[in-house]
Amino acid sequence: MNGLLNVIRRLGAMVVEGVWRIGFAARFFMLLLRHSGQSLMRIHLTVREIYFSGVLSLLIIVVSGLFVGMVLGLQGYETLQRYGSGDALGVLVSLSLTRELGPVVAGLLFASRAGLAVTAEIGLMKTTEQLDAMDMMAVNPIARVVAPRFWGGVISMPLLAALFSAMGVFGGWLIGVVFIGVDDGAFWSQMQAAVDFRFDIMNGVLKSFVFGATVALIAVFEGYDCTPTAEGLSRAITRTVVTSALAILALDFVLTSLMFRGQS
Amino acid sequence: MVSETDNLLVSVKDVRFAYGEREILRGIDLKVPRGKVVAIMGGSGCGKTTLLRLIGGQLRATGGTVEVAGRNVASLTTSELYEMRRRMGMLFQFGALFTDMSVFDNVAFPLREHTELPFGLIRDMVLMKLNAVGLRGAADLMPAELSGGMARRVALARAIALDPMLIMYDEPFAGLDPISLGVIGQLIRKLNDALGATTIMVTHDIMESLQIVDYIYFISEGRVVAEGTPDELRASQDPWVYQFIHAEADGPVPFHYPAAALDESLIGGRGA
Amino acid sequence: MRRTTLDLWVGFFVVIGMAALMFLAFKVGNLGAANAGETYVVSGQFDNIGGLKARAPVKSAGVVVGRVSDIRFDTKSYRAVVTLTLDARYQFPRDTIATILTSGLLGEQYVGLEPGGDEAMLKTGDKLQITQSAVVLEKLIGQFMFDKAAEGSAPAN
Repeated sequence: MNGLLNVIRRLGAMVVEGVWRIGFAARFFMLLLRHSGQSLMRIHLTVREIYFSGVLSLLIIVVSGLFVGMVLGLQGYETLQRYGSGDALGVLVSLSLTRELGPVVAGLLFASRAGLAVTAEIGLMKTTEQLDAMDMMAVNPIARVVAPRFWGGVISMPLLAALFSAMGVFGGWLIGVVFIGVDDGAFWSQMQAAVDFRFDIMNGVLKSFVFGATVALIAVFEGYDCTPTAEGLSRAITRTVVTSALAILALDFVLTSLMFRGQS
Repeated sequence: MVSETDNLLVSVKDVRFAYGEREILRGIDLKVPRGKVVAIMGGSGCGKTTLLRLIGGQLRATGGTVEVAGRNVASLTTSELYEMRRRMGMLFQFGALFTDMSVFDNVAFPLREHTELPFGLIRDMVLMKLNAVGLRGAADLMPAELSGGMARRVALARAIALDPMLIMYDEPFAGLDPISLGVIGQLIRKLNDALGATTIMVTHDIMESLQIVDYIYFISEGRVVAEGTPDELRASQDPWVYQFIHAEADGPVPFHYPAAALDESLIGGRGA
Repeated sequence: MRRTTLDLWVGFFVVIGMAALMFLAFKVGNLGAANAGETYVVSGQFDNIGGLKARAPVKSAGVVVGRVSDIRFDTKSYRAVVTLTLDARYQFPRDTIATILTSGLLGEQYVGLEPGGDEAMLKTGDKLQITQSAVVLEKLIGQFMFDKAAEGSAPAN
């Protein structure tokens, strides 16, 4: 009985804590937006963060995109060819990449590569009183440190997702056309007939934009909010990766059901 | 010197502060005249750092007033507060240098953020400040390549980059070898006099402080328990001051954390 | 010095990111083909559109000439109103016949246009007068069974 009460009590505390953090995160986001103007004016701050979150994620994105596309090519061909529609391989590869896999997988990789680094960096700055020092120098850390990292992530992520999809299509083409021998013309023409620019590709870009903003917000928030100890920092980093992954998957479901409802 | 009331830069009146239920400061009164070096001393965790943050406006007191240059810090708007902080320099306990910037960029940071000076002028100013702390040659190093004492001196150069009217030090001597400690101590005194600034220093290093400061406040359990010039304190028979200066383990500052009498705990048992 | 190499990398990143987007838009999607040029919009009423969906292709002689932009139910005539957006490069006579066809036995459905002989050409807002509904497989099978049954019972009469 006591044990059960304890469980309920702890559950309640967790819920209250969660709601508290969401409220704080929302206030933090408003503050971040309010201070974004002055940091976007000094564009080199954001450019620097695009380097750290975008350029440094290039390799992992390009390589994973290529491999995901190659796997899609292999598996897709296996299945399609049973129904005699191996020519539709391009459709399968490109639709799954532009609509789902591109934004989602690139988002997950982005969270664990760039998001984690941002949380660690901001958390370390907080732990070593660098943020306090900046504040005492009359420089707002949200404008100077947090906002550029947020916008850097927001800008990088759609480009990374597009790159991931493009590399994936290339990987699928490599396996399907070059190695298996699907007709090159059929691969591209079926793909172009089935993939709609506005509907499939723009929705994918929109998704990657939403995921980018979400991951970037979670990353800067966890870093800024972390308990300033070594343990608090490592917890914040873990939370960034876990929360980002859950948020991406949940948002993907919501966005997919809004975007592609009632359509084939 | 406390009588020169109109010449006070910082005055703290009956300030109270609590983190939730935990009361840190219980009515503190301090007066810091312009141009002086004042030390705030006390054991670890007695709220000295909190006091600095109250003066810098990073925390708000739960009671009493903190006045800097005649203005109540708690009543300032954010932009007024930032305006005030531009004329304050603070040295954090471990320097708090920006780890992703070189020594030069660290010292240049406040200048670049707050002024539109051309590059050449900023470079000259930064090198002058670094020269003042004896580290002009280290301008291109990264903070990770510096020793603890050097990092503290770079942070000091950064704190004085904008020629502040008030310089605050949070444990400037913590974790330094005796030589670096002496260097920092001399720098604190020299910079204060050269810049015509006022210095507040929070520390528990009594020996070094007695040599360089003008006035000392002792804080214990959230209150000022003793105060005076170094000479007055050396001569003081106050048991509290005596214990601190002579570094005795037990005295008014108890060795034991408050607990029931030892024989009672041992015989009675904990569960009883 | 360090900032310029950083700028170079960011520039490179943005350029290849944009290139990837362009690749998706033109090579993977059909931005270059059907959506780019000017279009005109016509509509037609069908008794039954079967499984036709918005965005399905409109083909004439097997070439994609446009897309289905909207499908709606008309409450007065109780028929389906299908709006077609056609590429302005392809002009059709006013008496063109629109048919709902299926690619392959079970493939996706599309609208086929069969040009008539009228001198005047279709323009935005025109209605296609002659339409043919989708072939509904269930109906076809039902018909076939019914005919078979009728054939079987005929000699007995």
